Amino acid sequence: MQLNRDDLLKAYRQMKTIRVFEERVHDEFATGDIPGFVHLYAGEEASAVGICLHLNDNDYIASTHRGHGHCIAKGCDVKGMMSEIFGRADGLCGGKGGSMHIADLSRGMMGANGIVGGGPPLVCGAALSAKTLGTGGVAIAFVGDGASNQGTTFEAMNLAKVWDLPAIFVVEDNGYAEATSSSWSVSGDAVKRAAGFDIPAQRVDGHDFFAVNEVAREAIERARSGGGPSVLHVKLNRYFGHFEGDAMTYRAPDETAKLRQEKDCLTLFRGRVSEAGLLEDAQFDEIDRDVDALIDEAVSGARAAPVPGAQDLLTDVYVSY
Amino acid sequence: MAKKSMRQAINEALASEMRRDPRVVIMGEDISGGMGAPGEDDAWGGPLGVTKGLMPEFGRGRVLDTPITESAFVGAAAGAAASGLRPVAELMFVDFMGVCFDQIFNQAAKFRYMFGGKAVTPLVIRTMFGAGLRAASQHSQCLYPIFTHIPGLKVVIPSSAYEAKGLLIQAIRDDDPVIFFEHKAMYDDEAEVPDEAYTIPFGEANITREGDNVTVVAFGRMVQLANQVADKLAKDGIECTVIDPRTTSPLDEDTILEEVEATGRLVIVDEASPRCNMATDISALVAQRAFGALKAPIRMVTPPHTPVPFAGDLEDLYIPKPEQIEAAIREIAA
Repeated sequence: MQLNRDDLLKAYRQMKTIRVFEERVHDEFATGDIPGFVHLYAGEEASAVGICLHLNDNDYIASTHRGHGHCIAKGCDVKGMMSEIFGRADGLCGGKGGSMHIADLSRGMMGANGIVGGGPPLVCGAALSAKTLGTGGVAIAFVGDGASNQGTTFEAMNLAKVWDLPAIFVVEDNGYAEATSSSWSVSGDAVKRAAGFDIPAQRVDGHDFFAVNEVAREAIERARSGGGPSVLHVKLNRYFGHFEGDAMTYRAPDETAKLRQEKDCLTLFRGRVSEAGLLEDAQFDEIDRDVDALIDEAVSGARAAPVPGAQDLLTDVYVSY
Repeated sequence: MAKKSMRQAINEALASEMRRDPRVVIMGEDISGGMGAPGEDDAWGGPLGVTKGLMPEFGRGRVLDTPITESAFVGAAAGAAASGLRPVAELMFVDFMGVCFDQIFNQAAKFRYMFGGKAVTPLVIRTMFGAGLRAASQHSQCLYPIFTHIPGLKVVIPSSAYEAKGLLIQAIRDDDPVIFFEHKAMYDDEAEVPDEAYTIPFGEANITREGDNVTVVAFGRMVQLANQVADKLAKDGIECTVIDPRTTSPLDEDTILEEVEATGRLVIVDEASPRCNMATDISALVAQRAFGALKAPIRMVTPPHTPVPFAGDLEDLYIPKPEQIEAAIREIAA
């Protein structure tokens, strides 16, 4: 394990923040006060955090429908995110993007994406910028098992290899694209597909933060040192439906309860770190309290924040027009 | 001043902006050509030679040949624009938007709005359009109305070599995504073009000809036809104002309205398919805001609502012709 105590504290804090954020959005959505569509990342935290822990503001990521976790892991402001999801004027995107379009380019976060497979070509561009401008940055496209079947994903993988870009494609395979199992919809798998592009690939257990973090380190170091693109196939699970309101009739009745009990990435992380004597219970508990308070503040702040006004409708379409 | 083809004018615009700003990169299919092949370097310089010579000057790091993969490289251009470069991507034929439109209209066009005004996406997509080369249904369309429909995009249609250079330099310096339409039948058309860089602002129509009787609005190659017809009709005492809006988004509504107020008569010549094209858009504009000034019905000269045909005789029938423009003007000038 190459992680020091500060890394472990940061990783736990981020994973916990994502979990509490998503559980809370789930509850708040049920009140009817959050507009539109929301897709929650709970259960998948070890992937976003395990990977983004290696990144800095010079690096870019493009995300998916299920983007809140990637945002938090990439350093987006949590209160600004909550306000955005509530559609408030002080949201990260001024209430104009919402859950599916949360972005903060200043943090290298190119947006959640409402289009399945929308991100991979954009990431080729961010990687091209890094290469051309010599920033030393890398760019990572997160896609789900659904987007892993989109042509844009294949085209972007091929272009990244042909152009020798510092790009990484992370297939977060949570087993379901909407209500369809990836065991049915994906022929072959991401690792074999990557081999077809002559791109190095690894499959990893996405419940295991340390395993994700390690394969990501290798891929990111390869990209940073001019070794070109990589593919990571992260097998994981989501605790909630495709969208909030999804009754998940396609899943086994006890499926998510079992996953929470047996495969929870936070529980596994805490158990392993405690066992190794690297962090004390008190340190975890302190983070838990901090995170609860942060999310409480984020929700009360978002609820109290003003909504955008008519003056905001027509702005931000163009830089000049 | 030297006479130059539109091909050369566009090449000069790209070269001068690449010299001026190291963040400007260009990419496209065979934009240089010959990658990985045993023959010449810079084998094509673009399918019609528009970008010839740029790779030798600027290198493969800034003149990027791409596989035939429009979604990937148009999307890459959008992503690069949002992360520090100023890319000019060449979508060889605008008809190919069908395999990459998501990256243009759902991604690049909407970044700024969706991200609360914090994104700047200085992207240019150059693309060939228009009928006349017997290129048939999938290489001849005028799809600029579709792009004009999308908030967040700017849409430019130069009508001459001079216009092309100034408008393209403006497009590259612009901070919004710009779709730059080059009529494929105009690359050899010559005009006086200065050697030095100059810009032509967007949203400012060019009045190519002034007259009191009829206002004619035309786009791209149709501007040339409209001017020819206007010259001819002037001999018969029918004086036309010809407006080249230059950009369909932004559209210089004021100039169109002012000129229609002056003449009371309007013909719009649009090479795009007739439903929901620029002719219908401008007709609606004038009907709403200058109805009282109209002395005659608005006339639209467009192709029929069909795909572009292949056979020469059919394609000639398809494309708006000077005779149709003349007939439309004469009909309402009377």
